[in-house]
Amino acid sequence: MRIGIDVGGTNTDAVLMDGVEVVAWHKTPTTPDITSGITAALKAILTESKAPPAAIQTVMIGTTHFVNAVIERRWLTPVAAIRLCLPSGKALPPMVDWPDDLRDALGHHVFLAHGGHEFDGREIASLDEAELRGIAAEVRRRQIGSVAISAVFSPVNPQFEERAASILRETIPHLSITLSHDIGRMGLLERENTAILNAALRELAGRIAASFEQALGELRIDAPFYLSQNDGTLMNADYAAKYPVFTFASGPTNSMRGAAFLSGVKEAMVVDVGGTCTDVGMLAQGFPRETSVAGEIGGVRTNFRMPDVLSLGMGGSSLVRRENGGVHIGPHSVGYELETKALVFGGDTLTATDVAVAHGLARIGNPAAVQSLDRRLVCESLSLIQERVETAVDRMKTSDEPMPVITVGGGSILISRPVRGSVEMIKPPHFAVANAVGAAIALIGGEVDRVYALEKISREMALAESREEAVRKAVAAGADPMSVQIRDIEEVPLTYLPGNAVRLRVKAVGELAA
Amino acid sequence: MRLINVEDIEHFAFGAAVLGSGGGGDPHVGKLLAREAIRQGGPVKLIGLNELADDALVVSAAMVGSPTALAEKLPSGDEIVLAFESIQDHLNRKIDAAVSAEGGGLNGIIPLAAGARLGIPVVDADAMGRAYPEIQMVTCTLHGIPATPMSMADEKGNTVLLKTLNNRWTERLARSLVVDMGAAALAAFYPMSGRQAKTALVPGTLSLIESIGRAIGEARAQSRNPIDAVRRVTRGVELFRGKVADVERRTATGFARGEATLQGMGAYESSVMRIQFQNENLVAWRDGQLAVSTPDLIVVLDADTAQPIPSEALRYGFRVVVLGIPCVPAWRTPEGLALVGPRYFGYDADYQPLGGTIDD
Repeated sequence: MRIGIDVGGTNTDAVLMDGVEVVAWHKTPTTPDITSGITAALKAILTESKAPPAAIQTVMIGTTHFVNAVIERRWLTPVAAIRLCLPSGKALPPMVDWPDDLRDALGHHVFLAHGGHEFDGREIASLDEAELRGIAAEVRRRQIGSVAISAVFSPVNPQFEERAASILRETIPHLSITLSHDIGRMGLLERENTAILNAALRELAGRIAASFEQALGELRIDAPFYLSQNDGTLMNADYAAKYPVFTFASGPTNSMRGAAFLSGVKEAMVVDVGGTCTDVGMLAQGFPRETSVAGEIGGVRTNFRMPDVLSLGMGGSSLVRRENGGVHIGPHSVGYELETKALVFGGDTLTATDVAVAHGLARIGNPAAVQSLDRRLVCESLSLIQERVETAVDRMKTSDEPMPVITVGGGSILISRPVRGSVEMIKPPHFAVANAVGAAIALIGGEVDRVYALEKISREMALAESREEAVRKAVAAGADPMSVQIRDIEEVPLTYLPGNAVRLRVKAVGELAA
Repeated sequence: MRLINVEDIEHFAFGAAVLGSGGGGDPHVGKLLAREAIRQGGPVKLIGLNELADDALVVSAAMVGSPTALAEKLPSGDEIVLAFESIQDHLNRKIDAAVSAEGGGLNGIIPLAAGARLGIPVVDADAMGRAYPEIQMVTCTLHGIPATPMSMADEKGNTVLLKTLNNRWTERLARSLVVDMGAAALAAFYPMSGRQAKTALVPGTLSLIESIGRAIGEARAQSRNPIDAVRRVTRGVELFRGKVADVERRTATGFARGEATLQGMGAYESSVMRIQFQNENLVAWRDGQLAVSTPDLIVVLDADTAQPIPSEALRYGFRVVVLGIPCVPAWRTPEGLALVGPRYFGYDADYQPLGGTIDD
């Protein structure tokens, strides 16, 4: 049996799955320490299912914690951004395209040093070890614990980044170092941005990984745990602590894959209504459709492809108020305090959940508490929610053709009528914990990263060979052969090598074989 | 005359990417360069061709080289100053205004960065009405205006001054020099008088890219279809809608050459489009038939957001709309087609014009 956990901004959900069956599930507010929320959710599902902790083989965790930290500018640590580029690059130093508040949060520690490569493998300038030792001394003086190192053309030649890292370590042995070529691909600013964000999240990542481990330990669950990555595949705890940025898109990926799994529908629109926001996206062949441009996180360009999701600042915990004759819902919410502040829970704040209960869409808390609510306000609120969801669904569709609409998330009770442009409204079983289910049904990946000389092998042959091998690797790692698909193909011409050399990276992913 | 400020730059960048028709380099770097230059040097004056004195000295500013190299090796910022200064020294007079040689892509914006850095106005015009990969592919060549004296500078501080027999030689020599400069350099070229500028250049290109950018922004803000907005402002025609099924590319002497295959969606369900590019998208075939070719513009937009997708960024799985945009009239002449028609780029196709032109 395996456990899927979703640690969101509002709720922590856990599901226990036996094969494709959801055996037990539980939803509980996320706690500031993370650990106690997870422990509470785990206890509940273990008690409900009576499963012994020893029966748990794997724990898969999806979390939006890191991406939220960037968006909310919280828990980020100061970072020294060191770029090996001089004399190039001075006009656009690291973080030049960042929002001011995020740059402030990281402390403006920017260092440019000589180095980097040309497109053809020549050095722009030699690495200046004395210069780097000077930077290291300054980093130590400023007591910065995390650095991001980028170098021009490092995806083609990573040597300078690696050498700079070892020079820095000589001065500061316990320094946390993120190298840009480990994180991203071609495009210096985007790769560097992502590396800097990763460096700013390293401390948090270590803390979170420890609290996951602690929660599992408290319940004597001795299974390995994994974190969901952007593309729905898993990474182990050690790797996750080093590369928190790889979880950035896992929230929408898990919820949409969970929706596809629970409903058995692979081509549909998905509306995920959570506590504070509603995400609308489109499933194509069981996967979220991705954006075609570099994904932006908290106003920063990264070079990740992200699920194309439209977020509305409205969910079950959103505040409902009448102002200037009109009804307003969100973006402010009572968040995880829904169970103390909402009217149906004896509080004094009118929330979207109260409105749904008043209209008889759900029985939560004490319905009597909302019986006297103004009928018109209730109807207008639900119409407004419906209209915003319908507009979002329409915007995210790629054609006018009607499609099934799957609603998931605890707040999906707010959708009171079939959505315009839907052939069918699907509310799958366990819709409230689709995210955690998405984490539990994690994908298995296989990746090939190899340089081919296209003078010796045709591009078609090289591509076919890498595709086959990526698929083979995914299957060997435990993927169901029938479900394996090629998810990503990237080609980087390496013009400095003779023979029309090209670096091919192919990633295949598939579902865990039953 | 009007002043271009930091917040206007975003619109220019978006429109420049559309006119880049797949190439011209990602305007993002240009946008950041212009923004930083304006932050430090103040707003840039954008002036009409008619505001230019007949005896003014106008010089084009451009980034020369490969977009892949530019996205990695960012400028030091001093290159354009060195290049302009070396032309001034050579001609022994001050340059009065900068202009764009190439309104599409990165080079639609570089002159704004140059203007801010050098403290001179920028002329609202360009010499292509789009983006092209080679130096001689400008309306100036059709009017007998030489590219040289041309100066190229790299981030290391090397400056080269070229004086050539004709614009094709300029292209040839500059191309091999830029490879040694690391596939990216800044250039000051096509020095010309105000009078020459008025006859040879395409008027209003910078305002055009700005209005494309503004139209997309407004459409998005009002939840209207941004692709329609692009079509309206550019008089474009929808040629295809589909998903990228394969992209083949190879980089040769600093150019990203290749071919993208799109599988049709919706009304184009069973159709296939093949787009051939050399930085810019040059020829598009729908089910084996020529659909559009250079000098008309072939623009690939994200099907949902109308974000223009450069040929370098095209990847498996993207859902796109392909627009054809009519080129400026100068290119549709026999001389124009000899310079930039499909056969010049080695494609076995005869140019068939899309209906209408941008400024008729």
